[in-house]
Amino acid sequence: MISRRDFLQASMAASALIGGSGFGNWSRLSAQQALTQDQLLDFDSFGNVTLIHVTDIHAQLKPIYFREPEVNIGVGPNRGEVPHVTGAAFRALYGIVDGSPSNYALTYDDFTALAKGYGRMGGLDRVATVTNSIRADRPEALLLDGGDTWHGSYTCHHTAGQDMVNVMNALRPDAMTFHWEFTLGSDRIQELVSGLPFAALGQNIFDAEWDEPAELFKPYEFFERGGIKIAVIGQAFPYTPIANPGWMFPEYSFGIRDEHMQEIVDEVRAQGAGLVVCLSHNGFDVDKKMAGIVKGIDVILTGHTHDALPEPVLVGDTILIASGSNGKFVSRVDLNVRDGQMMGFRHKLIPIFSDVVTPDPEMARLIDEQRAPFEPELREVIGQTDSLLYRRGNFNGSWDDLICDALLSERDAQIALSPGVRWGPSLIPGQDITREDIWNVTSMSYPEAYRSEMTGEFLKVVLEDVADNIFNPDPYYQQGGDMVRTGGLSYAIDISKPQGERISDLTLLSTGEAIDPEKSYVVAGWASVNEGTEGPPIWNVVENHIAGQGTVHVADRDNVKVTGG
Amino acid sequence: MEFSRRETLALGAGAAALSMLPLRSFAATADEMIAEFTGGADLAQDGVTLTAPEIAENGNTVPIEVSAPGASEIRVYATGNPTPPVAAFAFGPLAGSRAASTRIRLAETQNVVAVAKLEDGSFAQSTKLIKVTIGGCGG
Repeated sequence: MISRRDFLQASMAASALIGGSGFGNWSRLSAQQALTQDQLLDFDSFGNVTLIHVTDIHAQLKPIYFREPEVNIGVGPNRGEVPHVTGAAFRALYGIVDGSPSNYALTYDDFTALAKGYGRMGGLDRVATVTNSIRADRPEALLLDGGDTWHGSYTCHHTAGQDMVNVMNALRPDAMTFHWEFTLGSDRIQELVSGLPFAALGQNIFDAEWDEPAELFKPYEFFERGGIKIAVIGQAFPYTPIANPGWMFPEYSFGIRDEHMQEIVDEVRAQGAGLVVCLSHNGFDVDKKMAGIVKGIDVILTGHTHDALPEPVLVGDTILIASGSNGKFVSRVDLNVRDGQMMGFRHKLIPIFSDVVTPDPEMARLIDEQRAPFEPELREVIGQTDSLLYRRGNFNGSWDDLICDALLSERDAQIALSPGVRWGPSLIPGQDITREDIWNVTSMSYPEAYRSEMTGEFLKVVLEDVADNIFNPDPYYQQGGDMVRTGGLSYAIDISKPQGERISDLTLLSTGEAIDPEKSYVVAGWASVNEGTEGPPIWNVVENHIAGQGTVHVADRDNVKVTGG
Repeated sequence: MEFSRRETLALGAGAAALSMLPLRSFAATADEMIAEFTGGADLAQDGVTLTAPEIAENGNTVPIEVSAPGASEIRVYATGNPTPPVAAFAFGPLAGSRAASTRIRLAETQNVVAVAKLEDGSFAQSTKLIKVTIGGCGG
């Protein structure tokens, strides 16, 4: 008799083969013309259950450019492990040919040239075509949304998430979990979640006062599919009230709560679950650690850290799926479940090349309806860029440098701080910068661009604190963002050191002098989690700056010296 | 016997109030306090479970839970606080569940240690690092 492990390994090999060949088909095509929708959707149905995963869409209804990170350092047990592999090393790992569509979709190199050739990615009208096609093949497929859906655009902000709710409802997910959604505030999230026609899940969303599971969010939902009782357990972002302003949703408490996760897994198994799926917003490394601690989860659909991986990662008997961000990818996972056990799987990370996948006409119409009241504002051209503007990466991206420049000049500051969020699409050289583009990298419900004084000592404390949220060797202490971006300030960071010893050589760029711990500096920043922060919204600051420049040029900067990675 | 949520909370509140009494007129380290409690006995690394968040959402009120089957007493020490003892729970022989939860205040990032005295006279401990951060910047 073949053990479950043998089956998994055999099917892992088969998956690598089949996934690899499906993946390879489009990865080895040299020109966009050769890529077809049929190739992208091609999938040899397998087993008796199909999962479809989307996550971290960040309200990107329309196709966008999104450059994947150049720097994504893994620490502790994850040093050099996926998803902390980028560029040529990533392509070598997955057999991706230079210049291929996969190179463009999954790695950062030659981004501008490849973006011109392969075009934008994503668009929920294209995503609808893909999910419809999978459902035509597998009518009982489960569509699961990992969250960070109702945040990140001009229209999402102005409708308080309603545009995304309308469009996602039409996409008909079966369940969803949450993170940035909470920054809409308690009242609004209660209003939206109460009206959802699908399950709102989070086993780790607790009532802050009683430290008991919050009533609004179920820990899990059962689905009967393919003759199998499937339990989908939600896991919201554990550090929502810490990484985001907790005062906006004081009724809720989060945390990883892996002991509670284990209780829930045991509970659903006892109720006859043949397949246990965790729809997670933990971030990849946290999920990987959790998979080694909590026993009995078959599939973790990961989110939060925006990683896109062409193959599942196996931890024990649990498979981890990473489906990217901003609508760039849809994951399809077919599973063979027999006698309460997952016997094998087949997986494909489907890239949504917007010029290749035909938009679903109904969804396209619905998206246009959401945008119609705002079109004149969205389309307004504020300036042009002759540089590639991107954000993703552990340290400053060019979008962040531009935002920091705007803060320094518009708020008359010596030092600028910009949050290390992972959302925000890219613009390629020669593009207009529209108001929509600016909102795509700044939109949030706490946008005030503050101006205050900080001592040199406090600045170091801030940098050390954020650095430990990323580079703490224990994933459970990581919050899944990138390093805070700085303007007017350079520093060195040794990632291998403990908190308090990582940051050194802080230098004020305007004078070239070392930062004096005793001295106060004028600092401008945005996205403060503190209640009562005052200042103009960041999008106005950035818009004024770009309008004043006409054409922006962001030179490559070398203000962060990184060692110990 | 099962504690209701309200009773457990009330118990925790009592213990927390107790911990605010000045226990010593001189500064003693958490290690010394633990040694005093255990009489220097060896501490088993399992036998007591301390459940607490990895990162505190609010350092002023951090929910923790301790449980140790067969314990007659569990004490909790916040090793980085000016006054480390933050909670002490005593369980009588009829107590069905040797578990309790409360909220503690943490001055800064630190290890929190739960030490259980078991009915056989032995001791067990569990340590958890709880971070208190300034927040922000979440992906």
